[in-house]
Amino acid sequence: MILEIPVESYNFSAAGEAASRVKKTLQRLGIDSQLIRRVAIATYEAEMNIVIHSDGGKIILQVDEEEIKVQAIDQGKGIADLELAMKEGYSTAPDEVREMGFGAGMGLPNMKKCADRLEIKSVVNEGTTVVMGFKNQS
Amino acid sequence: MNLRDVQQLLKAQVLAGDDLLDQIEIKMACGSDLISDVLAFTKEKALLLTGLTNPQIIRTAEMIELSGIVFVRGKMPGDDVIKLAKEHRLPLLLTTLPLYETCGILYSAGLKGCSELDTVARG
Repeated sequence: MILEIPVESYNFSAAGEAASRVKKTLQRLGIDSQLIRRVAIATYEAEMNIVIHSDGGKIILQVDEEEIKVQAIDQGKGIADLELAMKEGYSTAPDEVREMGFGAGMGLPNMKKCADRLEIKSVVNEGTTVVMGFKNQS
Repeated sequence: MNLRDVQQLLKAQVLAGDDLLDQIEIKMACGSDLISDVLAFTKEKALLLTGLTNPQIIRTAEMIELSGIVFVRGKMPGDDVIKLAKEHRLPLLLTTLPLYETCGILYSAGLKGCSELDTVARG
């Protein structure tokens, strides 16, 4: 099963809809609720990163018997220093985004905590691809 | 305690979900103004106490299945936020008290924090 959802840059009223659709899809598939919670949190963080930091992109959900895979692919400025970006509390989010409660520098660390595997590929001025894998327990 | 007890303790105004307050039991709460912290540290069915009033807080609640939200410091959310909450059957309360005092009143009344109740089985 594959589901592809576009994510717009800086559209804060729609932000979170992709994660919401991922969550509802997994609920329909009868996936364990604690596992859905981890996928939903990680997908929401990844989606917010696309909204805040890129020129737009997409979330792709793939489910098979062994793994739930969520890919967050965007075009934009990319991540200059991946090691620094993974550090808890480090953030490049602008002030107006912080005022909304985002940009605490916990997005990537949260994704790492929720997912069973996390791969990040980023090219400066091209974009970023985040792949998160969750072992399917059902 | 249930959400009605929370409302009475905080003398809070009900913005959404008045019909749900008596039925929803609250076992723990979390106070935060950072969405990532809410996502990372709040457990399922918790009550969130926050000063954040933008629509993203309702999305956050949906993602981690919060039982309700108490807006502190008298910060009234916009109509769009209240409408979204009603659609999701998410109760919203509004208190004039600041975050620290809101937390203190509920904690003194026996409502635990999310780190004290280990309900998430994650190895």
